[in-house]
This record gives sequence, C-alpha cells and structure tokens, in this order.
Amino acid sequence: MKKVLMGNHAISYGATLSRVQVIAAYPITPQTQVVELLSEIVANGELDAEFIKVESEHSAMAACIGASAAGARAFTATSSQGLLLMHEVLHWASRARLPIVMANINRAISPGWTIWTDQNDSLSQRDTGWMQIYTADNQEVLDSIIIGYKVAEKVSIPLMIVLDAFVLSHTYEPVDVPDQEKIDKFLPPYKPKIKLDPEDPHAFGGLTAPNIYMEFQYNHQQAMMEAKKIINEVGKEYGDITGRYYQNLSPYKVDDAEYVVITTGTISKTTNIVVDKLRDSGVKIGNLRIRTLRPFPSEEIYEQLKGKKKVFVIDRNISFGNTGIFFQEVKASLYNTDIRVPIFGFVTGLGGRDVTPELIEEIVNIGIKNEKPEEEVIWMGVKK
Amino acid sequence: MTEKKKRKISLSIPAEEIMRPGNLACQGCGASLAMRYALKALGRNVIFDIPACCWSVIDGPFPYSSIGVPLLHMAFETAASTASGIRAATKVLGKEDTTVVAWAGDGGTFDIGFQALSGAAERNEDIIYVCYDNEAYMNTGIQRSGATPYGAWTTTTPVKHYKKLPKKDIIEIMAAHRIPYVANVNIAYPEDFIRKFKKAASIKGTKFIHVFSPCPPGWKMKPDDTIKVAKLAVQTRVFPLIEIEHGIKYTLNVKVNKPKPVFEYLKLQGRFKHLTEKEVQRIQEDVDAYWDYIMKKVEFSKEYAG
Repeated sequence: MKKVLMGNHAISYGATLSRVQVIAAYPITPQTQVVELLSEIVANGELDAEFIKVESEHSAMAACIGASAAGARAFTATSSQGLLLMHEVLHWASRARLPIVMANINRAISPGWTIWTDQNDSLSQRDTGWMQIYTADNQEVLDSIIIGYKVAEKVSIPLMIVLDAFVLSHTYEPVDVPDQEKIDKFLPPYKPKIKLDPEDPHAFGGLTAPNIYMEFQYNHQQAMMEAKKIINEVGKEYGDITGRYYQNLSPYKVDDAEYVVITTGTISKTTNIVVDKLRDSGVKIGNLRIRTLRPFPSEEIYEQLKGKKKVFVIDRNISFGNTGIFFQEVKASLYNTDIRVPIFGFVTGLGGRDVTPELIEEIVNIGIKNEKPEEEVIWMGVKK
Repeated sequence: MTEKKKRKISLSIPAEEIMRPGNLACQGCGASLAMRYALKALGRNVIFDIPACCWSVIDGPFPYSSIGVPLLHMAFETAASTASGIRAATKVLGKEDTTVVAWAGDGGTFDIGFQALSGAAERNEDIIYVCYDNEAYMNTGIQRSGATPYGAWTTTTPVKHYKKLPKKDIIEIMAAHRIPYVANVNIAYPEDFIRKFKKAASIKGTKFIHVFSPCPPGWKMKPDDTIKVAKLAVQTRVFPLIEIEHGIKYTLNVKVNKPKPVFEYLKLQGRFKHLTEKEVQRIQEDVDAYWDYIMKKVEFSKEYAG
C-alpha cells in the first residue's frame, strides 16, 4: 500500500512490519516521531511488543541487549547525543553478537546546540562492531529496517540504519508499505540458537582471558566479512518480492564514466541530478553511492572504480586532524590495488548546511579542472 | 515391605544447592554466601544479569560458571536497564513465570548504576534488584563508594583523610520510589534472608533488596569473622533488618532489645582502627539516631498502614 510518510514514520512501519518484540527508546530530536508512532501502534495492539520507555539512551541499548539475549527481536532509534551516550553499550551489543537493529538519524554533534544533519554521530561509532547502512530516501529507510533484521540475524551482528536529519526524517515522500504477509514470509520469527534460558543455563560475557579473547574478535571479524555477501544476497531476495533491490553500493551511471563522485545519504540524490545535467553537456560522470560503511565493500568499490580517471569523495563529516571519513575509507581500500588515480576529498554540509546541485557541480568542476587535489581536505561552502 | 513412615521436616532453608561448588570468591566472601542463599530462595526458574562487580569475577572464567542459572554479564551502569529488557522479552515470549534478577554491587547501585535503577523503579519493572553491599569498590581494590560508611578507610580515603561523609541511605531512597517491596537482609540471618527473597519473588513490580555483605580483604578483617561481623552489624543496630512495603509500611524484622556498643562491630575491622574515641562516639550517636528514626517509621506504619 502506498502511503505518504516522513522518514521517521517509515522507520516505525519498518519496525512494525519486522514484528519487533521489544522496543526500548528515549526521545531526542529529530527522532521523536519514530517512537511516538510506535507507541501508538503498540498501544493499539497492532504490534505484539513490549515498549520500555527508558530514562536514557544508554538504558535503551542496555534493555535491547537484555531483550535480545533473552531471545526477543529488539529495536531502538536515536540520534546524535543519544547515540554518543550509547557508545559503551553499542560495543557490548556487537561483542555479545546480538542482532539488534536500530535507526540513527544523523544529527550534528554539540556544542553549539544543533539539531541539523551531518554524519559525525554515526561515524564516531564506526568501530563499535555494528554494521552501518546509509540510506537515501524514505522507501529505502523502511525497506532497510526489514532487510536489516534478516541480515543481522543471519550473521549475529547488530545493524544500524542511518538517515539524514530533516532531509529524510521530517520530509514526506510516497512510500510503498509492503503487505505484512509478504514480509512474514521473507523474515521469519527470531529463533536464536542460544539464549538466556532457565532450562539450559549458561553464562554470557564472563571473564575472558588472553587465551580466548582474541578468538571471539576473529570470529566477529569473519562474520562481518561474511556480511558483505549476505547484505547483497538478502538485498536481492528482498528485491525479488518487492521489486526494490538494495546492495552495498548503489552506482548511478558509473559504467561508462570517466569521473566518479562518491556520495552517501541524501547528497547522492542531489548528485544524480548534477550527473544528468553534466552528462547532457558531454561530461562522462557517474555517482557511486556507498550504502554500507561496515562491513566496507572494498572489492566492490574497486570493481566500480577500475579504469576511471578521477574520483571525488563528498563527506558530510570531518575527522578533525585528518580528512572526511569516507574519503579515508575509499583511499585506504584502494591502496593495495592497481588503481592509481587522483582522489579528491571534499567536506561540506556540516551541521545541516544545504548541499545544493550548484555546490556539487562546483565540486565536480574543481575535480576535473585540477590535475591533483591541492589540499588534503577541500572545504566547500565554508566562510573562511 | 512396609513403607517406612517418613518424618516430615519443614526446612526454613531449602536443602537444594543450585550454586555449583567452586568459584573465584575470596575467603570469607559475604557476596558468595549471599548468592547461595538467594538461589536457594528463588529456585532455578530465574535469569540473572550482573554488571561489573565482584560477581563478574566470582562466577568464574569463560567457559565456566558457578551460578547454575542463566546469567548475562553486562556493563557497569546497566543492571536495572538490562533486567528491564530481559523482563520485557520473557513477557513477550510467554515466560512471565521466570524471575528476573539484577545482581549488582554497591558501586553499581549507589553510584554509577543509580540512574538506571531509579528509572526501572519508576517504571515499576517486574524485577528483583539485589545490591550486595560490601561498602566500597572491592573488585578494583577497595576504593570508596557512595556506600562507604562514615569513618572508613579505603585506598581513596586514606587514614589521613578517611571518609567523613555518611553512607547513602539506599533503602530509604528506594522506598521513596513507592515500589511495592524494599527490604534489607544480612548473610548472618539466612532465614530472614530467604523469607524476604521468597516474598520478593511472589510480588509483581520492582523489588529492591539490600544485602549486608562483609568483605574480609576490603574491611581488613579475618575471613573467619565474616558471620561474626555480619551478626554484630545487626546486634549493634548498625544495620537494622527491615522491610518497607509500598514505600510506607515499615516493619522491623529482627528485634535488638539490648544493643551491643558499636565499638564491638568496629574493632574487628582494620578499616576503622584509626578512629579516635571521639569518632567512635560520633558513630555510636549516628547509629542510635538512625535506629530511633527507623523505629518511629515502624510505629507510624502500625498506626497508618495497619
């Protein structure tokens, strides 16, 4: 059924269709409509779930960990400061190998107080051992929650769906809400192999000496690498029933391109407009949107960039003292390959500043015009 | 063969041992005994979560576990929130008869985990929250906590600057949340201990149990004095054994008509040995005043809560 949904409500419907059993959440702008709608859905009896209205995001994730370890499908949603407060228990969730799914609405970090979008909140959690998927429209948000559970439960790793504050969270778009029946076939109930069970008592997460700790980390990493494949497989399976296919990468006119812009989130949608415009004037350009940050699809990125002349990475984030984070990721993944082309790193749109088609066109022109990047970080639209 | 007529003995302490032999507790550990009694009272249909505390170690290294029931180890400040999640899962999975227990030390309860505990109590989560209180961060090597009593030495309150602040009154704080059941227990009074755990398990909503739990290395006392010291805490009125229902109804569970001087309790513990006579007198006065305060509440309860 087609509905006109804001991104936040797309999350709520995604969680409902996934038949989540325990929700634990704490309000934060711009996430609140996610939990408001879910509260209503649970209160109406449309979803058989327990909703714990916790007193902090830290407790939200802790409750999800308890619920998931006890065998329930658990869900939460947060943003920015809330995600940062969760940091410790995000690590716990992944190292406990619990397939929790959460939505994070990308909001910049304070001070100064801000509620507008950039990616530094979720990127600060890059190494927590979670999978991270960056979405570009509300349809993808809803679909990714459902796909997310299937992936997470297959590899026993939690998964974070990331979307831009306001640009998606509060913007209404037409969204196809799939039939519950169809989703039930795609996503069966969560049946963990092992859980907290009085009939089969085990201790989880106890004292782990150097003789065994490393093996847990190795297994976690192996599962992550396996997830690269699983995300594509499950994305295809979902596409076969809905017509909407999702993969680690979402390339747009990359095949015959000489220049490739690398984007994430909603900036990629704007970039597609610029690609079309520039192609009309004869510039052979494409846009490679990275959906999956962890696991990082290095091999697929290599395949997409093979034979290209130049690459322009647009980051809506900054790692102070270095560069934009996707820029680092892309460069590092190519170092041991035969690709030796200039890669430009642009930082823009921090704290919700608009990233317009004009600005993206300027980025492309700088990239094409200059043989090599003159600066390690090229700030766009900043008042210096 | 005629069937022998068996004598029926009703034991106030269940004979079944759920805790397995062998764990990593220190000699004379009060917390180890506390777990043994708690499990006897609660039986096997339980799920525990344990945040960072001595029990994170006592249970044993992976893959061993001495507790004998399902246990989720968790981060320091999450005992109550994790238990809330476990409880929600058991509800939605149709296992409401399972008792969910958060088992934390005093640091994880009085200090770092207090927000989560207060939140869970306000939501009246159907859990038993147990704080085994050894009055300092013992697992990290005896640093002061919000539960360290006035006058005590710890590694962060050295003798020259011993703690000159009172211990938080945790059961009063929890009673102020108006949860159905708050009680304290003492490992030297196992019958009272077990009765209260059983009672807690029979009540819906948040139950908070404060366990007096001596720590020989941290209190600088002999391991074989654990029970003696624990008993003296009650006999000197340092630790009045009470229960508080719905935040209003106070009951005294062990009468202490002829209290021993507090000095009897203090003198067995090296952590108090620097105290002057004047300081001991001050502690005695504090103990007397607190006892009177609690007894007034007990009296009031008889009139008001019937």
